[in-house]
Amino acid sequence: MVPTLTGRIQTRIVLLATVGSVLTLLVTPLLPIHAPLGTAYKTTFIILATVIVLGIVWEFIYHFLMQWRWEKDWPTNFGLITLVPEGLVVWLLLNAKLVPGIHGKVPLAAFLIDFLVVWIGVWLVANGPMRVPFLRWRFHGGRLA
Amino acid sequence: MAPRQGPNDDRTIAPGQFAGQPQAPGVPQQRPAPPGQAQPAGHGWSADKTMVPGIGMPDEQLQAPAGARVAAPPAAQVPAAQVQVQAPAGAGDLTPELIETPVWTETMLQQAGIPIVDVPFVTVGGGIGSFVTTDYLRIAGVPPEQIRVLSNLDFPYQTYEYLTRVSQIPDHARIRSDSSSRPDNIWGFPSYALTETWRQKTPAHLIHLLLEPVWADYWTPLRSTVFGSIDKESKRIGYDKMRVKGVVRMVRKRYGGGYFTILTPPEGSSPTKRVAYRSRFVHLAVGYPGLRYLPDLQDFRERYQDYQHVVNAYEPHEHVYETLKTRPGTVVLRGGGIVASRVLQRLFDDREHYKLQTNIIHIFRTYIEGSHGPGPWMRRKGDHGWAYQGFNYPKSVWGGQLKAQMRKLDGDDRAKLYKLMGGTNTPKRRRWQDQMRAGRAGGYYRDMQGIVEKVEPAPDGNGVVSYVTGKAGNELIRSDYIIDCTGLEADISQHRVLADLLQHTGAYRNPLGRLEVERHFELKNTANGDGVLYASGATTLGGYFPGVDTFLGLQIAAQEIADDLARRGWCKKIGPGRSTSQWFKWAFNKPI
Ligand SMILES: Cc1cc2nc3c(=O)[nH]c(=O)nc-3n(C[C@H](O)[C@H](O)[C@H](O)COP(=O)(O)OP(=O)(O)OC[C@H]3O[C@@H](n4cnc5c(N)ncnc54)[C@H](O)[C@@H]3O)c2cc1C
Repeated sequence: MVPTLTGRIQTRIVLLATVGSVLTLLVTPLLPIHAPLGTAYKTTFIILATVIVLGIVWEFIYHFLMQWRWEKDWPTNFGLITLVPEGLVVWLLLNAKLVPGIHGKVPLAAFLIDFLVVWIGVWLVANGPMRVPFLRWRFHGGRLA
Repeated sequence: MAPRQGPNDDRTIAPGQFAGQPQAPGVPQQRPAPPGQAQPAGHGWSADKTMVPGIGMPDEQLQAPAGARVAAPPAAQVPAAQVQVQAPAGAGDLTPELIETPVWTETMLQQAGIPIVDVPFVTVGGGIGSFVTTDYLRIAGVPPEQIRVLSNLDFPYQTYEYLTRVSQIPDHARIRSDSSSRPDNIWGFPSYALTETWRQKTPAHLIHLLLEPVWADYWTPLRSTVFGSIDKESKRIGYDKMRVKGVVRMVRKRYGGGYFTILTPPEGSSPTKRVAYRSRFVHLAVGYPGLRYLPDLQDFRERYQDYQHVVNAYEPHEHVYETLKTRPGTVVLRGGGIVASRVLQRLFDDREHYKLQTNIIHIFRTYIEGSHGPGPWMRRKGDHGWAYQGFNYPKSVWGGQLKAQMRKLDGDDRAKLYKLMGGTNTPKRRRWQDQMRAGRAGGYYRDMQGIVEKVEPAPDGNGVVSYVTGKAGNELIRSDYIIDCTGLEADISQHRVLADLLQHTGAYRNPLGRLEVERHFELKNTANGDGVLYASGATTLGGYFPGVDTFLGLQIAAQEIADDLARRGWCKKIGPGRSTSQWFKWAFNKPI
């Protein structure tokens, strides 16, 4: 899929909210977090929401960067590589206690597993299976509405 | 020299004129005469265009190959399509009245003795464009009885197979378009790379996919992968049952709505010379209207009757490579597109493989010296004459920003954006770059800017001389061969059906001179009652969607057409549920 700005944002929100939520549900009990499951879920879902909200800002940045590309495309691997800056920013915010709703310290291992599983899962779905139910999505720059 | 064809000429085509195409058993494939010998008359070139199979105007009458499978009389072959009028044998040709009248009635056809076959949806062409459109409709639930594919081809990729083969993409080679441009699969998932991974049990393709396009060239599928997949899907959707062999002569409006499409079946296969298909919808996917020669090369061929030393990359020219294997020689190459790259690779490969001493002089009319474009947000890479781009348009025309942008533009604004992102280009593939670098260093490959004023036979009778004016001054270049890789496309009026359409149905040209279509690929100004005329492919280049002449572009058009037909209540719209269930049917190769 070669995205437009609205397509990027819509796809990000929808995929993280659906595929991301399912993966968060599945992965949270397995994370090395020493807290009751309820607290763990609260933490991981807040992280997911943070990725969605910050992601909207990121998408503007990516869209801006894309303008330097003649093809106005966003290669598959960019969608993977961008996990590094995005993950880093979320981690820094967590450490600085700037993420509302998360007060304790999130162990690095737990964060990494959670973030990577969700990111890679969403990236895989966006690069293939998404086209199965949404036949027009790839021709509409990732717009779903 | 074959006479120039006018839009209403009537003549019988000789077998072999569709070189490499529907070929009668026992009729030798037409080959270029050996060097030094003139091409026999009736070879199929007309004065200003090259006839290659499936390109341009197939003529009125196909020869029925003895014993070949040809369309049975429609009534026998098409249970749901009903023959309304039984015409007496031997009659049933177009009359002057029909030719001159833009809107036809049943009575007019009856009087001419032309039988009428009823079918709601007709697609004309039978190439990749017709195939993907038919595929979409079948997946949307349209039964095969409601669709007819009128074509001179035996299978959908027949023309594509020919064009790629002669332009140096052999069976084991990879084509230009990417992994998810797959005409056999409307979802583009799994992509070809996944299919090849599965088949060959190697992760190499996926790793490659992960690295493209920055750290590796675009991954593109094998030609054979593409053809195999189309064969499989053809079977699954019952494509052959919908295909009717013949050449379409014209499409005319019907009094009361809809259209008549006049088909000329292969000689001897039908009691009448013409059959009329009466339908509510017609889709035109006739491919390239024709190929044109560079004027100086055309002039040379006509004047000296020499079809050996000056060849077009889109016609069989194997003799060039074969001769170069027997003696050293110089080749002048013209053009800066992917076909020039392919031909160049073939020359370099042969040089390397057979230790040849071939010299290559590459003349670019427009010589690109470096990155070019109006500003930092619109710059394309280039060097040594070439403009570089993965596909024939920037990738986002098939779904991203440029697609959205073009969709809003009309007239001059549209033409301007086309100009900006169009132009001849080729992918920057690592292998080609290495070969050219070695060629420049070794002094056997030279690229130059120049305009060829004329071409003449060399005074000593050995080869040809090109008179070139360029930035560096005038130059005479002697060579053994000239390979024209410019692949200029002829005007749409060179195609008889399209010329007729422009003249009689109200269709008109877009800012680039091709057929103007709506965003949903309806030909503007041609609606008739509840009938709609659609077109996709190269004939619609210049419309709201630029990538029309590609597999993916044809699928985008097919989707728009299928959605438009659903809006009109003729078929179901493929929503997420149907899309998913149909995908599973595809995945398990379950016939529909
Ligand atoms: C060398 C080369 C390489 C290419 N590589 C790629 C690639 O890698 N990827 C890609 O996506 N695209 C590629 N293309 C573009 C490719 O040709 C198109 O994507 C596709 O084949 C066009 O399909 P079509 O249906 O429009 O035309 P075609 O496949 O040519 O089918 C149209 C057919 O209609 C038939 N026809 C015409 N008039 C009549 C008539 N009056 N009656 C009956 N039948 C008629 C003819 O047989 C004609 O061939 C390439 C093109 C060339 C020349």
